[in-house]
Amino acid sequence: MRFLMALYEIFTNPQFYKLTLTAATPFIFASLGGVYSEITGVVNIALEGIMLMGAFFSIVFTFALGNPWIGVAAAIVIGLGMAWLHAWASIKWCGNQIVSGTALILLAQGVTGFLMEPIFGQPGQTDIVGRIPEFRIPGLANIPFIGDAIGTLSPLIYIAFGSVALTWFIIFKTKLGLRMRAVGENPEAADTLGVNVHMVRYFGVLMSGVMAALGGAFLSVGEVGNFRELMTGGRGFIALAAMILGNWNPVGAMWASLLFGFSEAFANQLQSSPLLHVSSNVKPLFNMFPFVVTLVVVAGFIGRTRPPAADGVPYEK
Amino acid sequence: MRSRLWAFLVPIVSVVIALLLASLVILFIGQNPITAYQALIRGAFGSKLSLATTIVKTTPLILTGLAVGFAFRAGLFNIGAEGQMIMGALVATTVGINMGSTPAVIAIPLTMLAGMAAGAGYAAIIGFLKAKTGAHEVVSSIMLNWIAEYFATYMVTVPLAVGMGTPKSPEIAPSAKLPPLLTVQATELTSGILIAILAAFVMYIILEKTTKGYEIKATGFNPYAAEYGGIKISQNIILAMAVSGALAGLAGSLEVMGVHHRFLGTLSGGKGFDGISIALIGQNHPIGIIFAALLMGSLRTGSNEMQFVGVPKHIIIIVQGIVIFLVAADRIVRTVLIRKRVKSQ
Repeated sequence: MRFLMALYEIFTNPQFYKLTLTAATPFIFASLGGVYSEITGVVNIALEGIMLMGAFFSIVFTFALGNPWIGVAAAIVIGLGMAWLHAWASIKWCGNQIVSGTALILLAQGVTGFLMEPIFGQPGQTDIVGRIPEFRIPGLANIPFIGDAIGTLSPLIYIAFGSVALTWFIIFKTKLGLRMRAVGENPEAADTLGVNVHMVRYFGVLMSGVMAALGGAFLSVGEVGNFRELMTGGRGFIALAAMILGNWNPVGAMWASLLFGFSEAFANQLQSSPLLHVSSNVKPLFNMFPFVVTLVVVAGFIGRTRPPAADGVPYEK
Repeated sequence: MRSRLWAFLVPIVSVVIALLLASLVILFIGQNPITAYQALIRGAFGSKLSLATTIVKTTPLILTGLAVGFAFRAGLFNIGAEGQMIMGALVATTVGINMGSTPAVIAIPLTMLAGMAAGAGYAAIIGFLKAKTGAHEVVSSIMLNWIAEYFATYMVTVPLAVGMGTPKSPEIAPSAKLPPLLTVQATELTSGILIAILAAFVMYIILEKTTKGYEIKATGFNPYAAEYGGIKISQNIILAMAVSGALAGLAGSLEVMGVHHRFLGTLSGGKGFDGISIALIGQNHPIGIIFAALLMGSLRTGSNEMQFVGVPKHIIIIVQGIVIFLVAADRIVRTVLIRKRVKSQ
């Protein structure tokens, strides 16, 4: 009974929906990154590492130059660099894409951990160096309930949803998008028709770097204002699952990201609910929740979604 | 013969390049790479104690390297050795605590097998999902890693917790502890290293001398051809993951039985991920893996000494990242070379 009351309190509180959107945003950015890359036929499990680099360098540049938006721009540049490395190994050298992705994740963990002390003088986590202020949409913010839930959010959250629309438009409504899909489904045929397969794949992978880095930047300068070691905590992989669950479609990936964001916010709210008195000892079990949801979803739905036919297969002329 | 030379050269060249690039990173933060690498070598091999520590650190790495390498041979990427090792350690601890006055001849193998079974079972979930639903093993392994980590944190803070301070389980029964080979100061050189080397030998036999090993390799090499040849693919995927997980679980058991004698929750500390680097550097060959694990174990041990001269030990992770990156890209360079030769014939 107490549990049902706690549920009622959580679901009728507009803050919960705000938290869901906040938790979903890194997934949305990174899963769009996954879509960009995989739709052209390159598997990018380095999302986790790119996010971590984005989170770290946005804080570094905010710390150095004082403006969190410069931090976001720096994150994008770093994301492009990381993605270029992945593209270079997987497209130019036809390397094993999963192994290259793993290498970049390690590289990101190493670089971010290594630079903590020289830059911030302490390992573990940085001081709060500044975050992007929330943006209030006039009018929308005044509506009861809805205004509290979605009227005042970090601008990056609005940008995330804008990116969903933009990605959908690029992939399904432009010539470039048609080429991306063609290259991911049947690179030989696309090549015959004069499409530069490598160039299109480079574009897809580089865009995935931009998106994943934005997801990482949101975690640090968008949400908390500092960097903690390994703060992405597996979110890049949850984003991959969201991409799969969303059937490699940007809109589908957004819905899946919202589901995972919902489960993360739900687990957090449930363990901090004043009605339930959850002991801090069992909190690890609540932290497990989003990962269990992801696992079940991936196992349950995967047969019903279909990856691009040439996903993960290097293309040689 | 030529390809064998390549298999030997590629990882060595990759490690050398990685160390060179890492020295640039060290220069970047204003430290001297030569001093840093001297400290690294001194820290890993400079004294009897550091040598013993290196071997202790190498032991689980051999096993996680074998775990990842075995899966690679079956065409599977077991990025979940981390979680399997945690589950192995957790179950081995639970069994070890309850061994009471059971004689060591029974207690040691029983505790060890329990940990292996836990790792095998945990990994079999990944194999099962891959075989039955097509769920990619990378995504499901990562989810299971996090689940294992949080579950272990819970177990060690609530049901198994003893004492104050850092969460820890009670000590396992004396009869379940592995006898040390020798003791240097407070560091026991565990006999686990012998078990790890034995495991490498067993893996070699399974892969090279048995029909099942042939089937697993065939599944990895070309699943469609293997299926056409009458090999049951899904069965072999699950089996290969289970064997891989058993090796990772053994790594966890030996850490508990030979080193910590209790469960500390955060015991794995990236050893499962190190297993990936080790398998790639060792080219998935059991002997190669032993040497690659020794390399990684000495880097890990030596990096503590490097901290004292002002170089964060994360440099080792950077080195690993570069090595894996080069190995990933290089595989294809070799394929291209072979293809050119075929074309010219």
